[in-house]
Amino acid sequence: MSRSLRVANGGSIRRTRLLSFSFNGTLYSGFEGDTLASALLANNVRTVHRSFKYHRPRGVVGSGAEEPNSIVQVGSGSKATPNLRATQIELYDGLTARSVSGWPSLRVDLYALNGLLGRLLPAGFYYKTFMRPRFLWSWYEHFIRKAAGLGQAPREADLDHYDKLNIHCDVLIVGGGPTGLMAARAAGRAGARVIMADEQAEMGGSLLSSTASIGGKKPGDWVETVVSELTRMPEVILLPRSTVTGYYDHNFLVINERRTDHLERPDPRLRRERIWRVRASQVVLATGAIERPLVFSNNDKPGVMLASAVSTYLVRYGVLPGRKIVFFTNNDSAYQTVLQLVDAGMEVVAVVDVRSDPQGDLIQQVRSAGVPIFEGHVVVDVRGGTSGLRMVLIARVNKTLDEILSHKGELRCDVLAVSGGWNPVVHLHAQSGGKPVFNEECASFLPGPSVQNERSAGAGNGTFGLADCLREGAEAGRRAAQDAGLTGDGSVDIPKVESHVEGSLHPIWVVPNGLAEGRGGKKFVDLQNDTTVADIRLAAREGYRSVEHLKRYTALGFGTDQGKLGNINGMAILADVLGQAPGKIGTTTFRPNYTPVTFGAIAGREIGSTFFDPTRKTAVHQWHVENGAEFEDVGQWKRPWYYPLPGETMNEAVRRECLATRESLGILDASTLGKIEIRGPDSAEFLNRIYTNSWLTLEIGRCRYGLMLGEDGMVMDDGVTSRIGEDHYLMTTTTGGAAHVLAWMERWLQTEWPHLRVYLTSVTDHWFVTSVAGPNSREILTKLCTDIDFSADAFPFMSVRAGTVAGIPARVYRISFSGELAYEINVSANYGRSLWQAIMTAGQSLNITPYGTEAMHVLRAEKGYIIVGQDTDGSVTPGDLGMDWIVSNGKDCIGKRSLSRQDTRRENRKQLVGLTTVDPTLVLPEGAQLLNEPAKEFPAPMVGHVTSSYFSPSLRHSIALALVKGGRSREGSMVYAQLIDGRVIPATIGQPKFFDPENQRQKV
Amino acid sequence: MKNKYSIFSLARNAVTYHENWREAWRSPEPRKGYDVIVIGGGGHGLATAYYLASEHGIRNVAVLEKNWIGGGNTGRNTTIVRSNYLWDESAHLYEKSLRLWEGLSQKLNYNVMFSQRGVMNLGHTLQDMRDIERRSNANYLNGIDSEVLRPEQIRQIVPIMNTSPHARYPVLGASFQRRGGVARHDAVAWGFARAADREGVDILQNCEVTGILRHNGAVTGVETNRGRIQAKKVGVVVAGHSSVIASMAGLRLPIESHPLQALVSEPLKPILHTVVMSNAVHGYISQSDKGELVIGAGVDSYTGYGQRGSFSVVEGNIGAIVELFPVFSRVRMLRQWGGIVDVCPDACPIIGKTPIRGLYFNCGWGTGGFKATPGSGWVFAHTIARGEPHSLNAAFTLERFSTGALIDEHGAAGVAH
Repeated sequence: MSRSLRVANGGSIRRTRLLSFSFNGTLYSGFEGDTLASALLANNVRTVHRSFKYHRPRGVVGSGAEEPNSIVQVGSGSKATPNLRATQIELYDGLTARSVSGWPSLRVDLYALNGLLGRLLPAGFYYKTFMRPRFLWSWYEHFIRKAAGLGQAPREADLDHYDKLNIHCDVLIVGGGPTGLMAARAAGRAGARVIMADEQAEMGGSLLSSTASIGGKKPGDWVETVVSELTRMPEVILLPRSTVTGYYDHNFLVINERRTDHLERPDPRLRRERIWRVRASQVVLATGAIERPLVFSNNDKPGVMLASAVSTYLVRYGVLPGRKIVFFTNNDSAYQTVLQLVDAGMEVVAVVDVRSDPQGDLIQQVRSAGVPIFEGHVVVDVRGGTSGLRMVLIARVNKTLDEILSHKGELRCDVLAVSGGWNPVVHLHAQSGGKPVFNEECASFLPGPSVQNERSAGAGNGTFGLADCLREGAEAGRRAAQDAGLTGDGSVDIPKVESHVEGSLHPIWVVPNGLAEGRGGKKFVDLQNDTTVADIRLAAREGYRSVEHLKRYTALGFGTDQGKLGNINGMAILADVLGQAPGKIGTTTFRPNYTPVTFGAIAGREIGSTFFDPTRKTAVHQWHVENGAEFEDVGQWKRPWYYPLPGETMNEAVRRECLATRESLGILDASTLGKIEIRGPDSAEFLNRIYTNSWLTLEIGRCRYGLMLGEDGMVMDDGVTSRIGEDHYLMTTTTGGAAHVLAWMERWLQTEWPHLRVYLTSVTDHWFVTSVAGPNSREILTKLCTDIDFSADAFPFMSVRAGTVAGIPARVYRISFSGELAYEINVSANYGRSLWQAIMTAGQSLNITPYGTEAMHVLRAEKGYIIVGQDTDGSVTPGDLGMDWIVSNGKDCIGKRSLSRQDTRRENRKQLVGLTTVDPTLVLPEGAQLLNEPAKEFPAPMVGHVTSSYFSPSLRHSIALALVKGGRSREGSMVYAQLIDGRVIPATIGQPKFFDPENQRQKV
Repeated sequence: MKNKYSIFSLARNAVTYHENWREAWRSPEPRKGYDVIVIGGGGHGLATAYYLASEHGIRNVAVLEKNWIGGGNTGRNTTIVRSNYLWDESAHLYEKSLRLWEGLSQKLNYNVMFSQRGVMNLGHTLQDMRDIERRSNANYLNGIDSEVLRPEQIRQIVPIMNTSPHARYPVLGASFQRRGGVARHDAVAWGFARAADREGVDILQNCEVTGILRHNGAVTGVETNRGRIQAKKVGVVVAGHSSVIASMAGLRLPIESHPLQALVSEPLKPILHTVVMSNAVHGYISQSDKGELVIGAGVDSYTGYGQRGSFSVVEGNIGAIVELFPVFSRVRMLRQWGGIVDVCPDACPIIGKTPIRGLYFNCGWGTGGFKATPGSGWVFAHTIARGEPHSLNAAFTLERFSTGALIDEHGAAGVAH
């Protein structure tokens, strides 16, 4: 086994707690406080991944969210989680992880043959081939798909739960590094309600891998002091392991908090993740910066790492990623890491600096420590394999860094630490609507002018010195609190830190290797997608010159790291190729999420049979369940569909329910119909505008059927509205349309007719409604209710009376959707079950039979009554339904204008008709398309379709409603339903009325 | 053909380190005038230019794009292609498009990766199923492939779907169009651009139209940030901004512009092999060749031109996906974006003439324009070349909003595309 790379002491890991974990089936050990990446490095595991296209071995490059390589699958079964970054996985005992690529193994990957064919696979090669023969594409694609993709989705449902919180705050601080801590301190002292979120397990940011003293304290101790002050502030919330992933309009931000993934055996009551939906008055972006790699031949080999990552692994995790380290830099910051290594007594082979005369305090210190510095040199290539680097090849470079002057041989090493400068994390600023601007000094993009109430500070704002960060953070926090309206004193002392003079950075986007571009080892820009300098040049050559085209053509920045490491280099290289300034090229769009967010967390609790959408049940639901009802989903409601007796089929049950209702007495739970209270002196006028018919003359105690249209003149909803009092109406709507109708009417009231004194309230759930239908309905009502006169004259059809039914205060309507004599009883929902029970008991002798929606549909279809949404589809006018009579000539209403349009006046429109099949036992399928004659060739001209179709138990033959072109004038003619299964069913057109066409029964 | 794409040309160019590839399309300076100017370098506009040249011999054509080609909805959609629409007018138009898709890579000599992996539209209620039956029967009679699947058949094709009868909205069935599928959206723009360029069409990027020049009720050209360009005819295909260009010509369109969001997960090994769409549990999903789950969210209800949407829409959408696919709960969402869709009152496009002679509009595709790309270009090219619509787009006039001859795809075909 390889030797351990753990240094003897140091780091903030807890060495007393040894943890064991497995990677690709091998057991390793690490310490509490390790990440999977640091533990793998400590165990000298160099290759953790195979690259996307060429399957080249890849090792850990970074130490956080920027990591493109170490993508692993963690856990198994219902806990399997794909595509986590080893650099962000906190180690726990028993963790199992495996790499997501490499076949048959990570070490021996046969797909690496792709590497040999690499020249055939430039950017966008797939657009140029796999085209012929055409039928083979699906075969090619099968293999492309198999080769692509990272981890595997779990095969089992997730057992974890996720929560959401909504919160307001004065100041949201993103990032808990030195800048963020100072901002929080200042804002907190000013009295602001502060939330500070940091993606790492603890606050501190860059200080966690720093050795420089701050305010006379060790960095860790200083962080501790600030955190403990913040913890004591009651209005400050500190959120570790929490990434601000999205910045939306109106200072709405989303935080993804991870609560259990780092735990060995999480308390099952703990929710795995939480989404904080934050509305912040002010935002401070203290997001820091990400080090930029350098682009040279074979810069992807395991052992090439960011200098900052080397520093983090050493200082924070006590891991020295190599025994012999070479640095390659174009700026001063890497020298800080060199000094940390020197201080820890480690060997630094050399520093290769592209600058010919680097000046700066740190450089002097490194020089005096005896570390050789190759000035004006570059690393042109590296040698190494799956187990790490063997050497780097260096060369002298000219002043403009684009030409090799002389090759200088090799430096033996096992790690190359690189630094190409720093990219401020401007993602959230950009998401907020800001436009990052290119800054020559740091050769990267800085936040532009703020668009929302946010300010950037610290390294995220291009301020890199620690002293400046602390000052800027304090200032940002103080001013944010002030802008949020806080008047408290937000002043804080700026702790003293050692500062040093830094030399300037010399940008180098591509390191020359003495060969023509594209020759020699590949120079990788985006490690995860295997995008090389040659790919970028090819894209530019082929005309994909917009930075967005570049991204899409070469997949630059398309990976799960979203280009945090490679994008700036890639854009600068494109600019260089095009001879433009990087600032002119611009960036691709920064969009949510900053780092990926678990679907489950975004979905939250609103999934599953209970919470995906509320289930609405009527007051008598339990009775229906107890009596064996089958249910139908209508909108959010569960409606009894039919009530099969033991052994009964659906058809038999529906037949029995229909016949009982027609012959004696049926009872329906009609509670789900939408009910809207309409009150106010202009209610009648309002109804007049909403409905097609006239409402000015409706007397108190009477009801009327109404049809409402969309602006296009098409039927939108229908229902019965009654006048309860002088300025008081109750509208009923379809079950599924209730919410829409209410919103629709509110829209008209609020935006178009604000002067109308009308007030709308949904009362759907307040009432329990049952319809008692059949020739014996009057008899049972008379039995149950003594304070209403049910005689035909005293209580005529289409009227409403108040009274007491079975001792319960009720409104009784005499209306009918079945064509039978029928009453609808409305009582307060709380009394629903008592009323239902009382009716059932009283009706026993009359064979009272509960019927469901299916029987209701049959009964109404026998009468030719439409169901909006089933017999209409948004393209049907009242005239098409044969209901011209309901459109009043004497007034206007919504949609009326549209009815006089040329096409809506057309004779040959699809009209509602009745159909009877030639074979009376055959029931036409609903949705059957109709033809004038069976089709022999396709496309065939269709003349309509079947909207409703049933077997009528009362008539003993099948019936159907259909919309047929010019149907009303075609009575008696034949149409053919030709079905996708090949059947052809002939039918005859008739009136859309099958039963009691004179409507005698409901008026008795 | 020079610079033809094939495995052989790839191999040949590999020898020379791919340094001899020509640009896929030229970036010429604008000429003084053109026979036809197409405003909008999205898929539809580029397809229009290509078919103008290749089908009608009109090669003196420029495509004017204010940013980079394919940067609007062409590069922002969920790439679903299908033709199983309800109404005859829509069905015939989209079927024409689907047929063009079927040979498009070969015709353009650019692999647009049209992948006929099937499109499934789920039904969750009895009314959904009535609508599915109705639409499938209509598709069958219109000569369009369609099947109605039962839950057990759905389970066979997509075993990871939650088809439990105890789900909040159980899957009762589905329509399935096997010829439907997905394509590589950027490649569609690039492929049409390259093919159009080869036919002589000038593609002018970073060329923003600022005015429509007219004389005596006829169009004479356009004003742009790169100067005035004359044209005998102007075709406008600028989804997301149709009303903006229309107002330059003094026209008002019956269009509302809304943000429509989409999102992708991190890449996964192949797990979902067909496109699945659901209206009731609102979401649609497929898996790209790169392995990402590509998910369409809903339309934000407010209007606007900002290509970003609100988080609540994403929450609802991901909830729907997790509800349908519980195994995706631990998968992570990588990135979300928005496009601006121009929505007509009847959810169908406007493709045809305007009251201004020589000015043509192709707009209002709402949330479903990608699948129509080749067909839309084909009929629009015909309309511009002949000055009269093709029978396939004759019904999609601007006048239908005054005559009332709407083609309402809201009703039974569903609004999700």
